[in-house]
Amino acid sequence: MVESDDAITLRLEGIHKAYGVGTPAEIEVLHGVDLILKRGEFAALIGPSGSGKSTLLNIIGLLDQPSAGKLFITGQPTEQLKDLELTHLRASEIGFIFQFHNLLPAFTALENVMLPRLAVLGHPDEAMRKRAAELIDKVGLTPWAEHKSNDLSGGQQQRVAIARALVMNPALVLADEPTGNLDTKSADSVFDLMRDMNKINGTTFLIVTHDPRLAQRCDRIIELVDGRIASDKVNLNVLKNDDAISHE
Amino acid sequence: MNPLLPFEWIMATRFMREGRMQTLLIVGGVALGVSVIVFISALISGLQSNLFRRTLDFQAQIIILPPEEVARPLRDSNSNLGKQPANSNQTAILVQPRAQRLRSVDQWQKVRDQLLKMKNVTVVAPVVSGAGFVIRADANRAVTLTGIEPESYLRLIALKDKIIAGSANVTSSDIVVGIELAKDMGVAMGDKLTLRTASGGTATLIISGIFDFGNKGQNQRSVYVSFRTAQSLLNLAGGASSLEVNVADPFTAETIAQDIQAQTGLKAESWISTNAQFFSALAAQSMSNTIIRFFVGLTAALGIASVLVVSVVQKSKEIGLLRATGTSRRQILRIFLLQGALMGLMGSLVGSLMGWGFLTLWRGIAKNADGTPLFVINFDPMLFFYAAVGATLVGTLAAVFPALRAARLDPAVAIRG
Repeated sequence: MVESDDAITLRLEGIHKAYGVGTPAEIEVLHGVDLILKRGEFAALIGPSGSGKSTLLNIIGLLDQPSAGKLFITGQPTEQLKDLELTHLRASEIGFIFQFHNLLPAFTALENVMLPRLAVLGHPDEAMRKRAAELIDKVGLTPWAEHKSNDLSGGQQQRVAIARALVMNPALVLADEPTGNLDTKSADSVFDLMRDMNKINGTTFLIVTHDPRLAQRCDRIIELVDGRIASDKVNLNVLKNDDAISHE
Repeated sequence: MNPLLPFEWIMATRFMREGRMQTLLIVGGVALGVSVIVFISALISGLQSNLFRRTLDFQAQIIILPPEEVARPLRDSNSNLGKQPANSNQTAILVQPRAQRLRSVDQWQKVRDQLLKMKNVTVVAPVVSGAGFVIRADANRAVTLTGIEPESYLRLIALKDKIIAGSANVTSSDIVVGIELAKDMGVAMGDKLTLRTASGGTATLIISGIFDFGNKGQNQRSVYVSFRTAQSLLNLAGGASSLEVNVADPFTAETIAQDIQAQTGLKAESWISTNAQFFSALAAQSMSNTIIRFFVGLTAALGIASVLVVSVVQKSKEIGLLRATGTSRRQILRIFLLQGALMGLMGSLVGSLMGWGFLTLWRGIAKNADGTPLFVINFDPMLFFYAAVGATLVGTLAAVFPALRAARLDPAVAIRG
């Protein structure tokens, strides 16, 4: 079945990534990755350490350039874009949630949420504050809105990071081990929040995780092994659906 | 967040506030540097203007004298010299330099009128000056007498300011003497003093003023009489031994002197040519001031740069995060340039205040025995402005390297740490 471009948030075609090109130490970490993420999908990217998950996430997040292959964000090809255009595309279409060092300690929770819009608009405004406050409310941190990020617990910080990732209404949110630094209860809470945001806003999520328990709660599980997609399955436990997407 | 503030300003100030100890230390360092620059600059400028004033208060900027008399070599036209042949065209081997007698500037009134028409010339005063003796009873002292027209001469020289008794407005029966000479001769205001010159002129004059130039030699040797009295005493009836000239900008005196010499054929000496050593001393002072400024500026720049380089390393993950969330390289560049500029500006403001404090302290300490200031130091507000602009510029330049480093950070690498 052919998907229309409108329904596709992310398309990867034959993505290769090599480091130290032209040197004796040249190493290729991604070997022709093809991947399509549809609008509203909630997918987990799993795989052993060194399998290329973070590299792939950086390429998808336009933080790194592939050595070969094509990348489309919401149908827009990215290979010809210059650094400033990539920055603008990243700001408008992609949200990030990291495991560590997610917030700027010099800013309050509310201000951290405002930052992506602030960078794009160039100066703060009331609409920006209102939007950030709404998101802070949605992640249940209104009482903590004016607290510096260092005053918040790890779980609370990740909630703020989720709000910040959504502040620009991105098409795609990339989360790199978002619960890796949290206890089980906080991890579940953060995961539930991402799931809620996915359902409410229809935002596509791609979550890198080592935690099989959390991966099993995603709609789709993509496994990367040695720089190749080893398996890409719709999660039967979640969708009660035995469709599987086979990849060549 | 203030809606009027741009993103880069907000980020720069928050980063600086976050690392407040580093910020305070470097701002303190810059402030100390700026205070040294402000203090030294004001001190040297005060010292120079004081020297300048002391030099120009008591001498005219240009002195116009009659051309020197020269002995003409005797030509051997009649073969009388050394029994040479008639057509040998020989000249005398030894030529005795001619002694310079006191002469008047030829047609000095016309020259004066001509000078007054020149652009930039502000005052022209005719003077008759020569050597003489003051005599009282058995005591006598050699003096330089200067005959002046008070209405022009007192605009030329700050004699009025140095009068401690009486007045400098001499009439034909008056004489104004220095305090040391008055002591030596045992005279006071209203006393009579006889003045005799080598040409035989003698006059008994009444002391109408006593001055103190703050220089013992000048106080002992200088006397002022009226122009006509000096003409009579020095046997220079109707003449003026020199014309003394002031111009609007003292530093153009040499050029104007050369113009005068070309136009009149008279000898014109500017204060610049007669005070060459003074000028080289001023130049040396200015050079040392520039060197101090350069090294203090360099130290401040290196301090700011090192703090920002450390800051870039410390904040690399935050920079990566900002890049990931839509901040462009140019914005990152501006954030760090702004930090450098702000550190320089804050340092300069604090430093200027400190410099002003040091100057106030100096004024309180550096005094003459009579309690008057050693020399006048004025705190020029423009110095404050230049310090602010200079330090901001130095801070911005110092931040270029760290800012470029921050802007070039690979966000993926930075976030991964």
